[in-house]
Amino acid sequence: MPRPNDTTVAECIILERQVVVTQNVLRCSPLSGFLCRMVPVLVLWLAVCLTGTWAVDRGNFKTCDQSSFCKRQRALKPGESPYRALLETMELTNTRLTLQLINDNNKVRLLLELYRLQGNITRVKINELKPLKPRYEVPDVLIREPPTEPLSLLSQDENGVVLSLGSESQRVIISARPFRLDIMEGSDVLMSLNSRGLLTFEHLRMRKDTFSYKVTSTVASVWDNIKRTTKEEEEKVEDGMWEEMFKSHSDSKPNGPSAISLDFSLPGVEHVYGIPEHADTLRLKTTENGDPYRLYNLDVFQYELYNPMALYGAVPVMLAHNTQRTTGIFWLNAAETWVDISSNTAGKTVFGKMLDYVQGSSETPQTDVRWISESGIIDVFLMLGPTPKDVFSQYASLTGTQSFPPLASLGYHQCRWNYNDQEDVQSVDAGFDEHDIPYDFIWLDIEHTDGKRYFTWDPHKFATPKEMLQGLKDKKRKLVAIVDPHIKIDSNYKIHNEIRSRGFYVKNKDGGDYEGWCWPGSAGYPDFFRADMRAWWASMFAYDKYEGSMENMYTWNDMNEPSVFNGPEVTMHKDAVHGAWENRDVHNLYGLYVQMATADGLTQRSGGVERPFVLSRAFFAGSQRYGAVWTGDNAAEWDHLKISIPMCLSLGLVGMSFCGADIGGFFKTPSTELLVRWYQTGAYQPFFRAHAHLDTPRREPWLFGPENTALIREAIRQRYALLPYWYQQFYHAHRTGDPIMRPLWVEYPQDPATFAVDDEYLIGRDLLVHPVTEEGARGLTAYLPGKDEVWFDVHTFQKHNGAQNLYIPVTMSSIPVFQRGGSIIPRKVRVRRSSECMEHDPYTLYVALNLQRTAEGELYIDDGHTFNYERKEFIHRRLSFAKNILSSVNLAPDAQFTTRSWIERVVILGASKPSKVTLKTAGECFAFLACDVDSSLVPCYMLAN
Amino acid sequence: MSCQYLLLLMLSVGVSTVEVHRPRGVPLSRQFYEEDKPFTCLDGSRTIPFDRVNDDYCDCQDGSDEPTAACPNGSFHCTNAGFRPAFIPSSRINDGICCCDTTDEYNSGAACQNTCDLGRKEREELVKMAEIAKEGFQLKQQLIHEAKRGLEDKKAKLSEIQSSKKDLEAKVEALRTVKETAEQPEKEAKGRHMQAWEQKAIARKEKDKAKMTEVFLELDDDADGVSVAELLSHSELDPDLDSSFTEAEAQVLMGGEDKVDPASFEAVWNNIKEKYLSESNADIPAPVETAQEETPVSDNDSDQYPEDDIPEEEEEDDEEDEDDDQDESDYKVPPTERTKEKKDDDDEGTMPPYDQETQNLIDAQKARDEFDEAERALREVDDQINLEKEISFDFGPSAEFGYLYSQCYELTTSYIYRLCPFNRVSQKPKYGGSETNLTWGKWSGPQDNIYSVMKYEHGTGCWQGPNRSTTQVKLTCGKETVVTSTSEPSRCEYLMEFITPAVCQEPPNLDSGLHEHEEL
Repeated sequence: MPRPNDTTVAECIILERQVVVTQNVLRCSPLSGFLCRMVPVLVLWLAVCLTGTWAVDRGNFKTCDQSSFCKRQRALKPGESPYRALLETMELTNTRLTLQLINDNNKVRLLLELYRLQGNITRVKINELKPLKPRYEVPDVLIREPPTEPLSLLSQDENGVVLSLGSESQRVIISARPFRLDIMEGSDVLMSLNSRGLLTFEHLRMRKDTFSYKVTSTVASVWDNIKRTTKEEEEKVEDGMWEEMFKSHSDSKPNGPSAISLDFSLPGVEHVYGIPEHADTLRLKTTENGDPYRLYNLDVFQYELYNPMALYGAVPVMLAHNTQRTTGIFWLNAAETWVDISSNTAGKTVFGKMLDYVQGSSETPQTDVRWISESGIIDVFLMLGPTPKDVFSQYASLTGTQSFPPLASLGYHQCRWNYNDQEDVQSVDAGFDEHDIPYDFIWLDIEHTDGKRYFTWDPHKFATPKEMLQGLKDKKRKLVAIVDPHIKIDSNYKIHNEIRSRGFYVKNKDGGDYEGWCWPGSAGYPDFFRADMRAWWASMFAYDKYEGSMENMYTWNDMNEPSVFNGPEVTMHKDAVHGAWENRDVHNLYGLYVQMATADGLTQRSGGVERPFVLSRAFFAGSQRYGAVWTGDNAAEWDHLKISIPMCLSLGLVGMSFCGADIGGFFKTPSTELLVRWYQTGAYQPFFRAHAHLDTPRREPWLFGPENTALIREAIRQRYALLPYWYQQFYHAHRTGDPIMRPLWVEYPQDPATFAVDDEYLIGRDLLVHPVTEEGARGLTAYLPGKDEVWFDVHTFQKHNGAQNLYIPVTMSSIPVFQRGGSIIPRKVRVRRSSECMEHDPYTLYVALNLQRTAEGELYIDDGHTFNYERKEFIHRRLSFAKNILSSVNLAPDAQFTTRSWIERVVILGASKPSKVTLKTAGECFAFLACDVDSSLVPCYMLAN
Repeated sequence: MSCQYLLLLMLSVGVSTVEVHRPRGVPLSRQFYEEDKPFTCLDGSRTIPFDRVNDDYCDCQDGSDEPTAACPNGSFHCTNAGFRPAFIPSSRINDGICCCDTTDEYNSGAACQNTCDLGRKEREELVKMAEIAKEGFQLKQQLIHEAKRGLEDKKAKLSEIQSSKKDLEAKVEALRTVKETAEQPEKEAKGRHMQAWEQKAIARKEKDKAKMTEVFLELDDDADGVSVAELLSHSELDPDLDSSFTEAEAQVLMGGEDKVDPASFEAVWNNIKEKYLSESNADIPAPVETAQEETPVSDNDSDQYPEDDIPEEEEEDDEEDEDDDQDESDYKVPPTERTKEKKDDDDEGTMPPYDQETQNLIDAQKARDEFDEAERALREVDDQINLEKEISFDFGPSAEFGYLYSQCYELTTSYIYRLCPFNRVSQKPKYGGSETNLTWGKWSGPQDNIYSVMKYEHGTGCWQGPNRSTTQVKLTCGKETVVTSTSEPSRCEYLMEFITPAVCQEPPNLDSGLHEHEEL
């Protein structure tokens, strides 16, 4: 069959072309109805009160009171700080200011370092001036030593110093007595540090009852001790400083107390976000009446919603937002961390606020935040915005961006604990074909292994894994097999023997290999903090090492908090040792390293050609560079469906865009309605995977009668049609750090009505999704933002004005999704068995006109699976529609890529039927286009091949 | 330079390669497409020039101009010469995955090879299957015939039985009265004998207990419980009588303990009482309170994860503190068990035979035998009355499944599965373990083929699974009647494959059977 050679086709299709549409008339659909958003809010509140019959066993996890450092720190109330800046010690170089701080109570000195970083970031580091031993500074999270900008001294007197932050009108004021630090822009205070006097630094000290203390105190630091113990009051030794019990677990605390804490005041701020992972609303709540938000990676069995308990991952990044400015605080510390939030307006009702306003007694709203960590140093990055996107790029410049995943991983994932054997996998695979439902990945949970020995296969159930993988490959589909970081202690298990003989296991406090209980029974935990261990781990994914693996097999890292069934709070003992550091210092980083080493392994097995795909449950700041995350072991309940939105939005805000929740809910059995609604929601979230607990009945999409099969099929198909847009969003996120799934306020930062919205969201800039998450819903109210925006229902093409609450009647097939007027969205409407099957298919452009009758969008194409895009092998074009001309500009003129795809159709929303359509392309290409004038579906269909 | 080329290409797709002039993917039998005439979409929605048929652009909403991937929901016809023709969803055209004659991949660049020859194998398989179906169907006819005859017989027998039942019932009642009268003296005598024995037993037990208390005090020199050392002073207790009564041996007698208090002494007492020689003939001390033996009851949620090999998070948490201490003691046999064994062996515990006088009274045997016989006869009739129940079962449209009634079929893997159609399904581990039973529920095949699946219900529940487990039995056509496999697709939901001729359908003509689904 002859066909022009690929290159020329591609060139023709993607080269500059103009479509001229004449006689456009704007089609308007005025819409009525302002519905009050109070109604859903009230319903939600009631629901919160009624839940809680089934939940986490809270007793297994610490409250602040049970975590001795948190209790100690929280006992300190705001007041005058004992810290004083010793201005005479100030040293200012071009890029760095250093200054000593002294605690007037115990005379311990701290060293403050202040850097101005490129891109409007200020870094503040505080450590002990002379710690007894080094304190942990987190490695491998920053992608490089952040480049600095010059600092200059503006003024100085005995009360403090004023520094200029680069070229902008920003200044830092360091006050000496008591020490505090204010960042100003013009006359506005953006942020104040230690303004409430909560800076604390539990200096490292000798244990007083030990031999070494006695020796030291008689020899080396007599003077220090005299200073500390005679001149100052004897330090109070509190319970839990040198040893701590939780339930039956003892924490030996060989280094004693080492906590740090610092407060931040955010004048003018009423909304703060971020610090995932918590099963809570998008907008963070004040914590005065309960526990602080906790960041400590834990395997929480059947977690509870709407509370600040720690979950599987931790990203110590908080965003603060008001109509004027967005800022961020990145607290780079991997130890157990608690974040307290208070606000001077939180307690006030709307009426109270109005009263304040009327009476003129209103004080500026302010949010105060306090970070408390168990060990390490204070290393905080103040990201000063001013726009939300500035904060994203500031954070990305520090920790990197979302990894660019293989296109296929944006398709649908079918998972279950467990697909029992090869026949099972084959028949589920065939089920998708039989029911004409696309999918890309089938997943194998722990039961596929030989007795929970990762990197192996059950010899009976999965006797010929390559045969199975080849069967999937023949249909252009893929598989994920789980590899967890707990290694069965079994002298017949190769992986265990190698780790043990190389000394790669985490050690217990006494120096032996740390052992815990997990799926395989007694297990060791590889020390992923060692680079040589990670390199070895990565090498285990080589095709010749990982028997039965093939290039269409990828990896899932579960239980990497790490989960230790018989450990304190189901995790590792804090006095377990990773090299020179205690788990206490490094804990939240373990999961990141597991995913990093695994992703490296998948990259290396192809010689660096293929992009990896690794899903992880635990994460830390920077984990976005290594793959996807999900919200862990949720449950088949409507509230869990709802919470998937704020949970993924919060992750997106801190750079982790590749997020999803288990479709259907992991524990328990969803009603058919819930399952369908969850598919409809998940189809519009970045990571789209169904998963189920071993003990639940089967729930493959076709098991609920033909009607529901059709509903689920349609949801999945909508996902596949939109894959070009999703892929483009990931490319964008990879380049910029912008979230993919984003809260409305990110795009409408001046509209306070958007600030607390977390039942709807945007995908990129241009799609607004309000999934149906209420049982038995007959309708819902969506807020369409933007005073000058129009929004098009993507299913009916009906146009709605922005800045309104729109009531939308819904049926079981409804997934309310709107395209922003002014955008162009590419789709591939020829939905096939898997994303790879659609590789060469043509695009349809959906051009939605705004009130100015213009639109803009992008089209990004590459091979979908290799790193060749880094070598400029891709197509990236800007599409614009203006003055009835659709044109395209090459955004990457130095890039080259060949595709067999073409644009087969352009659908213009918000225009009327043109009388004539012409197609122009640069160079010699020229062709006549017929307009599909008979179509009753849309204003204009154009044929563009 | 090549755009025109491309466009020409797109337009020429319909005519360039196919030997017969018809749109790609349309079977020869279709007469809708006439070249050189404008084409009207089959739904009549619009008419387009013929050169826009099969140009890889979807014009018709019903997809009738484009049985290719350009239109959603279409189907594409692969001729598959040498094998069976097939319609495939239009979304599978040019997706790089070939149908056997490769005609679906005319533009994907996929390196397809015509594999329809390989299809012969499948065809042979189909022929074989059809053969089986044919034979099975013949067997089914036989089954139907037998079932019909059987049913008539059963009905006739049923009415016969029903009439004789009444007579029998009367007879049983009469004999019961005779029997009960005869039995009365016997019962009284037995009762007297029994009472006397029980009183004796109580007295003996009390004596034993008193003795035990006495011995405890005797052994316990230092009033802190009986220790191994104290026991050692009684060399007569040496179990192997080898003249050296060792500490280890003593400890065994002590149930593994170093020291026992009065409460736990009973177990030790049972071990030593036969050999024990008293140190003196001191007065019997006042009885001590009976000790209650308590085995610690572990209060956890372990039933959430019934299988031992899956450690359960919560459970671990709750117990982790005790784990270390418990591990050792878990392996020990609790002392109570030994005590029981001992008691069972105790021949003192058997009741002596009835005395002669009592025995003489036992002459009611005859009356009893007569009664039993009558009752048995009635039961048999009742059993046959069960025919009523049998007749009421749904054995299929022609009662072809009737032959399965009161039969059982087994399959042994690591479990023994037993299917007794219309009654129950059971699963029992091959080596020990308890049996799981499910009872007959109903036919539960799809609406158009309800007799293809049996459902058995009301098994025990599973943690987080359904409240009750169920088993589906999938019936497929075959010559034999046999269970071929079982599986557990999800927890507590079992699937059993069962072959029986009773589901065989009349085999269609083979060739026409391969041409199904011809409608667009």
